[in-house]
Amino acid sequence: MGKSPTTKDDAQALFKSLRSAYSATPTNLKIIDLYVVFAVSTALVQVVYLAIVGSFPFNSFLSGVLSCVGTAVLAVCLRIQVNKENKEFKDLPPERAFADFVLCNLVLHLVIMNFLG
Amino acid sequence: MPRLYVLTQTHTLSLSTAKVFSFVNLIDSKSLTKPHTLQVFRPPLMAVPVDTITKPTPASSTSTLRFAFGNVLAFFILLLIGVLAFSIRLFSVIKYESVIHEFDPYFNYRVTQFLTKNGIYDFWNWFDDRTWYPLGRVIGGTVYPGLTLTAGTIWKVLQSLNIPLSVETVCVFTAPVFSAFAAWATYLLTKEVKGTGAGLTAAVLLAMVPSYISRSVAGSYDNEAVAIFALIFTFYLYIKTLNTGSLFYATLNSISYFYMVCSWGGYTFIINLIPMHVLLCIVTGRYSSRLYIAYAPLVVLGTLLAALVPVVGFNAVMTSEHFASFLVFIVIHVVALAYYIKGILSPKMFKVAATLVVSVGLVVCCAVVAVLVAVVASSPTKGWSGRSLSLLDPTYASKYIPIIASVSEHQPPTWPSYFMDINVLAFLVPAGIIACFSPLSDASAFVILYLVMSVYFSGVMVRLMLVLAPAACIMSGIALSEAFDVFTRSIKFYISSLSESLQTDAGDIVSGNSASPQNDAIKTDKREDSLKERPSRKNKKKDKEIVEKPSVKSKIEKRPLVLPVEASFFALFLTVLLGAFYVVHSVWAAAEAYSAPSIVLTSHSHDGLHVFDDFREAYAWLSHNTEVDDKVASWWDYGYQTTAMANRTVIVDNNTWNNTHIATVGTAMSSPEKAAWEIFNSLDVKYVLVVFGGLVGYPSDDINKFLWMVRIGGGVFPHIKEPDYLRDGQYRIDSQATPTMLNSLMYKLSYFRFVETDGGKGYDRVRRTEIGKKYFKLTHFEEVFTTHHWMVRIYKLKPQKNRIRGKTKKSRSKSSSATPTSGTKKNPWH
Repeated sequence: MGKSPTTKDDAQALFKSLRSAYSATPTNLKIIDLYVVFAVSTALVQVVYLAIVGSFPFNSFLSGVLSCVGTAVLAVCLRIQVNKENKEFKDLPPERAFADFVLCNLVLHLVIMNFLG
Repeated sequence: MPRLYVLTQTHTLSLSTAKVFSFVNLIDSKSLTKPHTLQVFRPPLMAVPVDTITKPTPASSTSTLRFAFGNVLAFFILLLIGVLAFSIRLFSVIKYESVIHEFDPYFNYRVTQFLTKNGIYDFWNWFDDRTWYPLGRVIGGTVYPGLTLTAGTIWKVLQSLNIPLSVETVCVFTAPVFSAFAAWATYLLTKEVKGTGAGLTAAVLLAMVPSYISRSVAGSYDNEAVAIFALIFTFYLYIKTLNTGSLFYATLNSISYFYMVCSWGGYTFIINLIPMHVLLCIVTGRYSSRLYIAYAPLVVLGTLLAALVPVVGFNAVMTSEHFASFLVFIVIHVVALAYYIKGILSPKMFKVAATLVVSVGLVVCCAVVAVLVAVVASSPTKGWSGRSLSLLDPTYASKYIPIIASVSEHQPPTWPSYFMDINVLAFLVPAGIIACFSPLSDASAFVILYLVMSVYFSGVMVRLMLVLAPAACIMSGIALSEAFDVFTRSIKFYISSLSESLQTDAGDIVSGNSASPQNDAIKTDKREDSLKERPSRKNKKKDKEIVEKPSVKSKIEKRPLVLPVEASFFALFLTVLLGAFYVVHSVWAAAEAYSAPSIVLTSHSHDGLHVFDDFREAYAWLSHNTEVDDKVASWWDYGYQTTAMANRTVIVDNNTWNNTHIATVGTAMSSPEKAAWEIFNSLDVKYVLVVFGGLVGYPSDDINKFLWMVRIGGGVFPHIKEPDYLRDGQYRIDSQATPTMLNSLMYKLSYFRFVETDGGKGYDRVRRTEIGKKYFKLTHFEEVFTTHHWMVRIYKLKPQKNRIRGKTKKSRSKSSSATPTSGTKKNPWH
């Protein structure tokens, strides 16, 4: 009985603290996060489309979804490497991280274009 | 520091060639007699990678010189290892000739020939109608193209450089070249785990390990020749990504994994081992962002790249072999999110979040798992392919898929085969496991996991000893390198303390003795070593003071274990002897056991070497004396060779993808002549080929394989019953054999006119008895060719007779019998 309001209060307090903590992150990381959200939502749209329309041609579906998921994953890796709070990557110049990100994306999209059919 | 580096180089050199050289170097080295400024004493088995120790101390030009010298020496050692790996595999070329061995390589050779002749587009779209008649085989979609594309590329490059090597030469020598590359990849991998010394040792062990030699001699043009290199290189790039956290290496890792998928069906080992390792790291609390960078891009890019290869196709996302990677993909995202939120929230809020998430997440998780289990359980094999199931459950194949069970290389290995194939490494491996634990890093945990998994799988199938070999070499390399470190350190310590005692100043001795052993306050789990400056042996009080404090501290923390010098000399000698035994055994195995091309047989008799070239004789006869479109039926072992060398269409070959077709041929071989004739006639067969070893004692002939023909045929056609062919549960061909056995086609085709060879006795040298039915005639087949040693016998199907003699059913008139029931060929003999 007394638990549910506390849970609600807890949830609200949790939200507030998450919000305040997240707003403290620097802008470039927030941009990367936005990109990740965009990519994942695109993948979800494609899955919904698959549920509506059917799975032929399956290779196109696979390459579409995996390209979205792939860029999301790579963007997360970029965020890890660029984040100044990460002690492990403090001597990695962000230009190098971005160059790696671009290279990996190039390879990913080359494969996607081949597999798209 | 660099001096220790040099010493580790010399002790690996001792393993490969000069055994005495190491002693000379140890004792003669000028650096040992000089008053040392650089000396490292570490507790044994403390695995600080040597190359981090070899960061040159600033200001000392001699140390950079030694560093450079060490690097050059390592390079030349690697070069020598490559040459060794290449040349130890050339025994078969020297003893016999440059010819392709065995059965499977002939298919790969034929595919490569097609590729070089017709180009890559025709190769991708090739439908082969000269095999599995009348079904044909889609080569582009069912072959792992890595090997043929590699050899084709090498040939193309050489042709463009105007080096006119034939395709056969390129094919024969692909395997030794790639084994040299594999040795270098092992060096790179072990260097990432433990350091350069261990790397060189592991490389030289892999160059010579008999298990790998057996599948990669010159002439063994099979998938494993290239795949093992791809395997080790993929693992190296994974560990490198894990250690450095660089996305560049993650990309390279995915590309190398793609090459592995192209090359071999064993790629499922990688895509299951790496998720297992990631899970292990997460569970043992070793999660780091480098782990995420190493794993997540690999899954996405690797799945896509695997789906690109036609053989794998959509299996990359639909079969259970890949589910582990997806599962761990989800797990690592959850863990990463958890760590991220933990990082930005306060601990109290994190607890709240955790309880909330756990309660909600559990419900969702259960729902998802239930759906997944339902989907997986709905398929009869739970989503796994037959081959994978036979690996996971060793008894599966013998119960359900007799074809997989019948292949000799799919049998479990015997205990002696472990010693034959990895020799000395078999008991160096446990020492290596302990050495890996000394600082347990992500990389060493991976190598331990790799070893354990490969030991299990090697116990299931003899063929998978090959996957165990690199793991065993890495572990043994680590163990040997650590052992050498301990011994040489003891000797150095002894010599240094000897030179210490020569100094007259007592205070020096005291300070030297107390200060020198205390120099290893090396932290064990950071790669940057906190090695302190060693005290100069000169009498500097200031240095003493600086060193005393940390040295006292390290004295309390770690005492260096240094063995007494006599024991270490003796142990060094014994270890070198161990290496010598390994080398001797490997060379013997390569020369005697694994270099037989199996298409040419030799035997040593009292009047010299006798060569049995019957197989090629038979195939040449076929290619010269039959029409191009004639179909040849034989047991599936010889299919690849027949299509490659005789260039005739075959009914079944080594690909064994269609069990019913093979069972049809098996039934025909087990049936009496008339029934067999009908079966073969329905398949348009013109010639039947049997291999018979009874005259010369060749044990792998068709009569010995006959029981498998019966089993496989009986698995599909129930009228073939195995007990009909056995007398008292035993399989015989002498006078005690069952009538079904004596009337079967295989018996008749093998022993037709056999009594003429030894004057009426008919003594079979392989079965060691006289045959049961000695004099008989063939009614439906005629013998057209028997090779010199009676090893291959070719028979032709007799055509139907024109007139049907004897009783006809329903007393038809002659005119109406001329109009047969259309379509079906009536058997004239009944």
